[in-house]
Amino acid sequence: MRGPAAAAALCLAAAVALHAAIDRWPAPAVDTPGLLYVRSPEAARRAALSYRGVTADVYWIRALQHFGTERLAGPGHVKDYSLLYPLLDLATTLDPYFSIAYRFGSIFLGEPYPGGPGRPDLAIALLKKGLAAQPTKWQYMQDLGFVYYWHLHDYRAAAEAFQRASEMPEAPNWMRPLAAVTLAEGGHRNASRALWTELAKSEEPWLRDSAVLRLTQLDAMDIMDAWKRAKDQGLNLPIPNDPSGTPFVLNPATGGIIVSPQSKLFPLPGQLEPPR
Amino acid sequence: MSAIGPVAAAVFRESVRDRVFYNLVLFGVLLVGASIVIGQLTAGQDVKIIKDLGLAATSLFGLFIAIFIGINLVSKEVERRSVYPLLAKPITRPQFIAGKYAGLLLTLLVNLAVMTVALYTVLYFLARGIPVPIQGAWDAPALDPALLKAVAMIFLELAVVTAVALFFSTYSSPMLSAIFTLGVYVVGQFNAELKRFDAIVDSPAAIAVAKACYYVLPDFSRFDVKLAVVHGIPVPGAFMAASAAYAAAYVAALLFGAMVIFARRDFK
Repeated sequence: MRGPAAAAALCLAAAVALHAAIDRWPAPAVDTPGLLYVRSPEAARRAALSYRGVTADVYWIRALQHFGTERLAGPGHVKDYSLLYPLLDLATTLDPYFSIAYRFGSIFLGEPYPGGPGRPDLAIALLKKGLAAQPTKWQYMQDLGFVYYWHLHDYRAAAEAFQRASEMPEAPNWMRPLAAVTLAEGGHRNASRALWTELAKSEEPWLRDSAVLRLTQLDAMDIMDAWKRAKDQGLNLPIPNDPSGTPFVLNPATGGIIVSPQSKLFPLPGQLEPPR
Repeated sequence: MSAIGPVAAAVFRESVRDRVFYNLVLFGVLLVGASIVIGQLTAGQDVKIIKDLGLAATSLFGLFIAIFIGINLVSKEVERRSVYPLLAKPITRPQFIAGKYAGLLLTLLVNLAVMTVALYTVLYFLARGIPVPIQGAWDAPALDPALLKAVAMIFLELAVVTAVALFFSTYSSPMLSAIFTLGVYVVGQFNAELKRFDAIVDSPAAIAVAKACYYVLPDFSRFDVKLAVVHGIPVPGAFMAASAAYAAAYVAALLFGAMVIFARRDFK
């Protein structure tokens, strides 16, 4: 038996060595679009039998990977987030209580292109689906308000969403004043800062990170405004760095400065639109 | 009744000899491996995903054991002709069936118990380094005792699947028994759809057949409380008790059916 065992070990070692050798000639990079075999959430729900929770997790991880892969893809790649909503829809149909998929998913969907698909309409649809499953989940209503406020600039709808969230069980007591501030100061940077500051106190790290990014973007917008004011007054200032440490770039259209596409803060709200 | 014990013990010993419990190693590796990898793949929710994975794996591993050992319980003894000396002993055929069932149920119980301990252990280590305020945002605590409810329901489901496999094993080949048992399991998952058949079909006869199938076939979807437990949604004790009674009644019906068929079999 020693002979065959040694032969098996030898063949395995040869296969490993050949594998390593083949890796020297990487396969030609083909930019293939992502593929989703099951598109019907209902079909997926039935096919998953009693393993819906774990299947939802798989779709959630796929959604994360799809978003991350597209977002971090190199400059030669046309970012395509078309699978993001179907994947999130599948995950939340399989597990209707999948809180993070609704909340984080809506952030992904609302993110402006090229950082995301720039589809606040789908973010709203996802959050409304979550509210249909859990009508008293104030966090979904709060997120809905944020999508209206930040991406759609619909301050009346945002204030209404915050008001409704404040009336839900276990809603924090800062939610009601938030509705009033939104209505009174909608579109003002201070109101926006107040919203994100509250969200930055969240217990969920990913939500905190998102809020911190928004607050940093607001700081960048403050710097941009200050630089433009100084320039309009005739001062000749050097181009500063944005709060993430990347230098701003000149905006020929306005004569001001904007965040660079290389910056972590890119794009600021309204800086870019997704390709149609 | 005293003859049931030795038969059950023999089935359990055979499971150990057949290395059935090796699946526990695979389960442990799967859970520990997943707990390491999941944190890199997901944005939070590691505990939720490990709970989902642990409960799904517990159910799936148990299902494979219930089906693939259950279908051989009687047919293998008949094929090997080892049933002859067994039945020559002071043991009745119903006792033989009951003993076989009890033995496999014991195997499943031990399997489930070890898997549950492994799941809680992994969850303990996963949650250990996470600050309390973050844990407060979870739907349910990591070491939620309610997980035991899901495990208990998995055990009830496996008890019914084992009875179905044993029932088919008394008169059919292992291959056919596996197909029938798997078929009953899958149909049992869609049982609730049969109840709503009148929404898509007009024929009164078809609706009546669907309704009859709904009540006669086992409703495995009733035993699935995994999602509810993972999200901290309460599972009422009355529901658990009713499900246990339903499983017991179904198992009893299948075992009596298996005993009747086995008692009529001619081994000459």
